[in-house]
Amino acid sequence: MDSKMQESTLLQMRHIEKRFPGVLALHNVDFTLRKGEIHALMGENGAGKSTLIKILTGVYQMDGGVISIEGENVSIRSPQDAQNKGISTVYQEITLCPNLTVAENMFIGRESGAWIKRKDYEQRADEILKSLGIPARSTQQLGSCSLAVQQMVAIARAVDMKCKVLILDEPTSSLDDKEVNMLFDLMRDLKKQGVGIIFVTHFLEQVYEVSDRITVLRNGELVGEYLTEDLPQVELVAKMIGKELDELSALGEGEEEKESVKEVFYEAEGLSSSDAMPFDFCIHKGEVNGFTGLLGSGRSESVRAIFGADKVNGGAVKIKGEPVKITRPIDAMKHGIGYLAEDRKRDGIIAELSVRENIILALQVMNGFFKPISRSESEAFADEYIKVLNIKTASRETPVGSLSGGNQQKVILARWLLTHPDYLILDEPTRGIDVGTKLEIQKLVLKLAEEGVSVTFISSEVEEMLRTCSRLIVMRDRHIVGELKGRDLNQSQVMKTIAGGEA
Amino acid sequence: MKKDKMTRREPLTDTQLLMSITIGIFMVMYILAMILFGGGFLHAQQIFDMLNDNASLIIVSCGLTIVMIGGGIDISVGAVTSLVVMSCVLYLNNGGNIFVSILLALGIGLAFGAVHGFLISYLEIQPFIVTLAGMFFARGMTTILSVNPQKIAHEGFLKLMDAKLEIGWLGYVAKNGNKVPARIELGVIVAIVCVAVIFIVLKYVRLGRNFYAMGGNQTSALMLGINIKRTRFLSYLISGLLSGISGYVFMMHTGAGNATNAAGMEMNAIASSIIGGTLLTGGVGNVIGTFFGAMTLTTIKKIVVSSGLNDPWWQSITTGGMLCFFILLQSVVLGRRAAKKKN
Repeated sequence: MDSKMQESTLLQMRHIEKRFPGVLALHNVDFTLRKGEIHALMGENGAGKSTLIKILTGVYQMDGGVISIEGENVSIRSPQDAQNKGISTVYQEITLCPNLTVAENMFIGRESGAWIKRKDYEQRADEILKSLGIPARSTQQLGSCSLAVQQMVAIARAVDMKCKVLILDEPTSSLDDKEVNMLFDLMRDLKKQGVGIIFVTHFLEQVYEVSDRITVLRNGELVGEYLTEDLPQVELVAKMIGKELDELSALGEGEEEKESVKEVFYEAEGLSSSDAMPFDFCIHKGEVNGFTGLLGSGRSESVRAIFGADKVNGGAVKIKGEPVKITRPIDAMKHGIGYLAEDRKRDGIIAELSVRENIILALQVMNGFFKPISRSESEAFADEYIKVLNIKTASRETPVGSLSGGNQQKVILARWLLTHPDYLILDEPTRGIDVGTKLEIQKLVLKLAEEGVSVTFISSEVEEMLRTCSRLIVMRDRHIVGELKGRDLNQSQVMKTIAGGEA
Repeated sequence: MKKDKMTRREPLTDTQLLMSITIGIFMVMYILAMILFGGGFLHAQQIFDMLNDNASLIIVSCGLTIVMIGGGIDISVGAVTSLVVMSCVLYLNNGGNIFVSILLALGIGLAFGAVHGFLISYLEIQPFIVTLAGMFFARGMTTILSVNPQKIAHEGFLKLMDAKLEIGWLGYVAKNGNKVPARIELGVIVAIVCVAVIFIVLKYVRLGRNFYAMGGNQTSALMLGINIKRTRFLSYLISGLLSGISGYVFMMHTGAGNATNAAGMEMNAIASSIIGGTLLTGGVGNVIGTFFGAMTLTTIKKIVVSSGLNDPWWQSITTGGMLCFFILLQSVVLGRRAAKKKN
């Protein structure tokens, strides 16, 4: 409310352009921040949020456009420069030193003179902490504070540096509910003092709880700026994903309902891991289902829990009706579950090894290392799958690292197919690969299902999910909020469920 | 006001905690040695001998502590010490001047520190590789200067070597009835001054705290506005300077240059720092701890000898065991702390 009373513009970014080799990361983006407002910056992965933030904080230099602070044109050359101009950033990963005290963290790097004026700093730090209501002592070692308090100390440092613009980049992703509320109180406090806050998050509910305005980016372009109270959650999701609602409902033609009467292959009750909240899940033989939700909604964490890739904390799991224990990936593999990781560079391929070696890897692990697969056998396997999956490689001995993304993905797929899994989990198998290969992978998924393999499929592209899955599990803020099948399986319904319009 | 401070005392920081453990273990060990072996351990001279023998080790360990707090490593310190000894001995034996020889020692140390620091900070080469190269280089240079041991013959310097601080009341009565005062070499005083200066730098000077910040989290330190490159450069420069001082002190203790001087000293220095509570991962450590680390290491060796295990490998074996024990203890103590915080 009070933001309307003092509508003076604090920061203006106009016609911002940023090019990376081969990509136009930002095109003609405008962004305006007013005094004493909390402004949410929203967009899916690759929308350009972080590029925009990095331009504002001086990490990147823009290729075109104008930035002005309080009406004066400025150029921001480095993070240090941004701080001097009153722009402070608090990142998701806390950029303080855990081995120093709270006071030291607040004042290090901005004192003068050779000696440390410890008493002065501690006194000033205590005053600031008290005025902002942060539950920490200046003499405490930072590492002994909770993450939320550490984040607040970072904010206190920014505030003491007389920042006008405070950027909070995903500040809440590692905080629990109580801590989030503490942070929000602090944000509202700062807002009253006239600080303009840019809030980047993927939690929709938090946006509606604290923000006054929302700017949405998509594919490096500005979608628009809205007052939070004027933009219903469903519309926000539609703008982020990029489909107009009316257009969506026209598409909403129910597919043929195939009621699954087949046996249940995998069943989990209250499964939870170090990263996933407890959830129930089941999949039938020969079924293709999918997890959907915005980035960070917990879809990957859930499938990782199924595979035992993260530390499993609890829950009962049954395979074909038999209770089993899956706490490590090898357990899951022994029960016929295969998992294609989201980040193939980190969790999947071993770039220096050849196509053949990458393909036989999972089978070799399953057999145990004391029963090596013979050279001729492995060559036969490799040749077979290179042909079946149409992997474009110079030879079976080519290092996987030199293949294109799509072909690398096929190699990993071959690796799992070779183990003849009963249940295959594919986490973003089509990200970053060309359209032709995408279609091939989708077709392959459907073919596998016909052969009786159960598949769980995750993709950021809702359309792709709709084409392949017969059942969609929708997640929001790390909880399952809906399950769609048959007639409900259309884009507008998916979006409504993601946004929480009607669950 | 003062009472308020007393009631709300902060828990020890990781650095203080690890240092206290070291000092505690040193005390317990020494008292046990006094009870079990008596003899030499009951005389104050025992402690002074340990200091006399290890003054140069204490000095290089201080440098290593700084480097390790900053998250780096310097394994050239022993070789540089050796090169300084040989250079100064040859210079003095050829009619050199004592004052210039001191400058020569400091200069060699600073030169090595500057080159290491430049390569590591500004060209971003792994510190292990750079200082390994420095180590080979310094050892090679020492051998080029002289393959044969060189005894010092400079008269002025021999006087300096003999100059000892004598404390009568801490002395003891020898078997023949003579009263022998406690003797402390000049090198020990140099070492104690080094420890004190570096303690002050680490605790009260901005540069010192920047070492901790850099070792605690390098990216954060950069974001907090610290000039990482310069800070890292200075850490190696200081370590180099201390290697130079250490060389001179070593020469005052042994009075001879030898290609194998200070062999393995870098490893003993790393061990002293670690036992004293410096973490290899950086950000935690303290020179007082390092001082006691070096003393603990020496006490262990003395105990081994007193137990009748005279063969040199027993000292190595116990040193290895000791190091392992301390690293285990540190990780258990810090691990429990982290677990406690989570709950």
